Amino acid sequence: MAQLIQVTPQGLYCPQGDFYVDPWGKVARAVVTHGHSDHARLGSQQYFCSAASVPILQHRLPQAGEIRPLAYGEAVQLGDATVSLHPAGHILGSAQVRIAAEGEVWVVTGDYKRCDDPTCEPFEVVPCDALITEATFGAPVYQWQPGAETVGEIYQWWMANRRAGLTSLLFCYALGKAQRVLAELRRFTDEEVYTHGAVEAITAIYRDQGVAMLPTRVTTDLPKDHSYTGALIIAPPSAHRSVWMKRFKNVSTGFASGWMRVRGHRRRRGYQRGFVLSDHADWPGLLRTVRETGAQRIYVTHGYKDLLARYLSHEGYAAQSLDTLFTGDDTEATVAESAAI
Amino acid sequence: MKRFVELFQALDTTTSTNAKVEALVNYFQSVPSADAAWATYFLTGGRIKRFITSRDLQNWAMELTGMPEWLFKDAYHTVGDTAETVALLVGQARSQIKNRQMEDVPLQEWVERQILPLMPLSKPEQGERIKQWWRELDTAECFVLNKIITGAFRVGVSKTLVLRALAQVAQLDPAVVAHRFIGAWQPTAEFFQEALSAAGHTSTAPRPYPFYLAYPLEQELESLGEPQDWLAEWKWDGIRGQMMHQGGEVLIWSRGEELVTAQFPELEELARLLPEGAVLDGEILAWMDNAPLDFAALQKRLGRKKPGPAVMRESPVIFMTYDLLQWNGEDWREHPLHERKTQLALLTAQMNDPRLKFSPVLEFNSWEKLGELREQARAQSVEGLMLKRRDSTYQVGRKKGEWWKWKIDPYTIDAVLLYAQPGSGRRANLYTDYTFALWQGEELVPVAKAYSGLTDSEINRVDNWVRRNTVERFGPVRSVKPELVFEIAFENIAFSKRHKSGVAVRFPRIKRWREDKPYSEADTLDNLKSLIRGNTDSPMA
Repeated sequence: MAQLIQVTPQGLYCPQGDFYVDPWGKVARAVVTHGHSDHARLGSQQYFCSAASVPILQHRLPQAGEIRPLAYGEAVQLGDATVSLHPAGHILGSAQVRIAAEGEVWVVTGDYKRCDDPTCEPFEVVPCDALITEATFGAPVYQWQPGAETVGEIYQWWMANRRAGLTSLLFCYALGKAQRVLAELRRFTDEEVYTHGAVEAITAIYRDQGVAMLPTRVTTDLPKDHSYTGALIIAPPSAHRSVWMKRFKNVSTGFASGWMRVRGHRRRRGYQRGFVLSDHADWPGLLRTVRETGAQRIYVTHGYKDLLARYLSHEGYAAQSLDTLFTGDDTEATVAESAAI
Repeated sequence: MKRFVELFQALDTTTSTNAKVEALVNYFQSVPSADAAWATYFLTGGRIKRFITSRDLQNWAMELTGMPEWLFKDAYHTVGDTAETVALLVGQARSQIKNRQMEDVPLQEWVERQILPLMPLSKPEQGERIKQWWRELDTAECFVLNKIITGAFRVGVSKTLVLRALAQVAQLDPAVVAHRFIGAWQPTAEFFQEALSAAGHTSTAPRPYPFYLAYPLEQELESLGEPQDWLAEWKWDGIRGQMMHQGGEVLIWSRGEELVTAQFPELEELARLLPEGAVLDGEILAWMDNAPLDFAALQKRLGRKKPGPAVMRESPVIFMTYDLLQWNGEDWREHPLHERKTQLALLTAQMNDPRLKFSPVLEFNSWEKLGELREQARAQSVEGLMLKRRDSTYQVGRKKGEWWKWKIDPYTIDAVLLYAQPGSGRRANLYTDYTFALWQGEELVPVAKAYSGLTDSEINRVDNWVRRNTVERFGPVRSVKPELVFEIAFENIAFSKRHKSGVAVRFPRIKRWREDKPYSEADTLDNLKSLIRGNTDSPMA
């Protein structure tokens, strides 16, 4: 059995191709699955990523070295390994890494999801011998309803707040989740939505790439006494209870995340409403993916990795968990902050 | 059921008090009285007789999902609540449920015609019914159902808010409504309608009065005005109780509005000697040789349906009374405190029964003198002082202004964090429950568990530290590197054979994180034992 990926202090390393996937250390050659900060980090000399990820990487890592775009499915030879990127369905530009060498195929999923998302290409099943999967929500209590339904709930909440004379302040991850909400909301309205500066910057990148979303207006340039009554504002979680938030009067706060599935998380975070909306695979999605790839060896990188690995072992797979510094984009802020370098 | 689940969700998804009251008012105004009665019952902490356990729910959920036990347990640890874990595992997505008949069944029918009739059935029969319901209900509905059947329905709404909403619906004084919903009432349409009617209940079944509770005194004594406007008494460390003799019946209620008459036969006898129509407020205390026994002695009397002669001999109880709520069948709560106390002192003297004691009114003519009295509290085996305005009426619930409790400062020790485990509910994914240890020679001996006292940001930091400094795992519990020191406050301490350390501390909580203190300088077990009252022996081995 070949070993196409190993865990090193710098990250997941492919010796046959002499490259790293989403390294947390500074390396010569990095293949990056997507633009979230626990996967795309500064300091490497050369970055391979999907074509759609390029503007996101340029925005997030303005001092990054050389960026080499790859079309989905386009094969590139790195050393003795043939490498290609395939849609992961996580956010715009997110990719799985397929590595072929020594007669074997390995796939690193990066972060991924299996449900519909109008802002990115759907997940592609890539048959392989060994699968390296995430498990951010790798516990059976995590099961998602379709995103369109959840965004329908967000719309209902927004309208109910408007009737009550309140401003709706929705917090969600600035890269990916915010744009998914803005795109799904088009089913219900064509109204303008206000955005926090961090959300607006990414939304502009999505819009440039042809993703259809509601029109947005950034709050940054508006006078402090601007009236937001009845409006929807989208902001990153870091803005919750910040100075920025003080300008809004009579708000109702909501948070869109897979964690909102569990009541304890919802109450601990102090948001009034929780909407269960995740860009990660849920428990059935993880199991389905493992099954569909046909892989017999499974490595689980982050989230409830021990739980998922144990379950897969019981199911007859050769499964084990790997220690990485990936967090899943919307894990606990404190954990994410401590892991971010 | 659908309406009740919507109410639950409305209460659960807002932090605004007004929004909660509004949701409650809307609910009570729009459902039949029988539903409203059951909703009030559950939301104010009422529960049906517990005949289904969390373990049953777990077994049935495992049967339904085909999940192995270890996986269910792991899933549980990601959530921290069995009813919720099961709901998340078995509840359907709303859009996927085809048969939606169950949701329109009113709450009363759910409880009386579906849930309660399960009681005489065998476990497998109960399981079959419940699994069938789960297949037809969405996640939120499953959660509410599971909470009702396991008898632990707690939601983010206080009893006071529910009563406030009911008062608003009935357009009555909240205090009046509070009195009508106190004690062991039956959730029926008739009861509910009467309770919200202008005239109130037609039945004369005796009910306790809502207890008047005091806030801790935090301001300067001088700001209370003149000392002569206030009465002071000891704050006894027992169980708050109400004793009544009315309509030929004798009842003793605890502060949790539970009927505890049968647990205290000697007090039941005493209550029979009270004049008809008298209601006394006071403290149930374990008492011997003219002094209170420690709380452990009283604990031996709790939770027993009927105490045996041995425990009654070892831990005899008395009623230390300090207020008179009703006299000759007349509500005395509007009389000024000094009048109520005078009548109560007279009654106690006339009865002259060793089981009934009048809590003495303490003499003080200046605030300095009161401070000195508080210094004596520990020697008197009491928790501190109660300060009550001479002319105060007897109010409902916890109120500021007229009554204050002024407790003695707690004991404190500096202890080392040794074990951590995740909390439950709101803190299910954080390491928030800690075990602390003290030095005994070269060894750290666990002495106390504490769950509260840190700020959210401190909890996050400790949680993060625990994850990075785990030594061993025992199921959900992690042992950690001895390093962090916390100041632990507690109310009392006694020798205990049940604890490895040989001592038991009461109400331990974290006072502060001693980031300045190295763990080698934490307190020793001997330091702790030296605090035990009257402990002149050498510390136990």
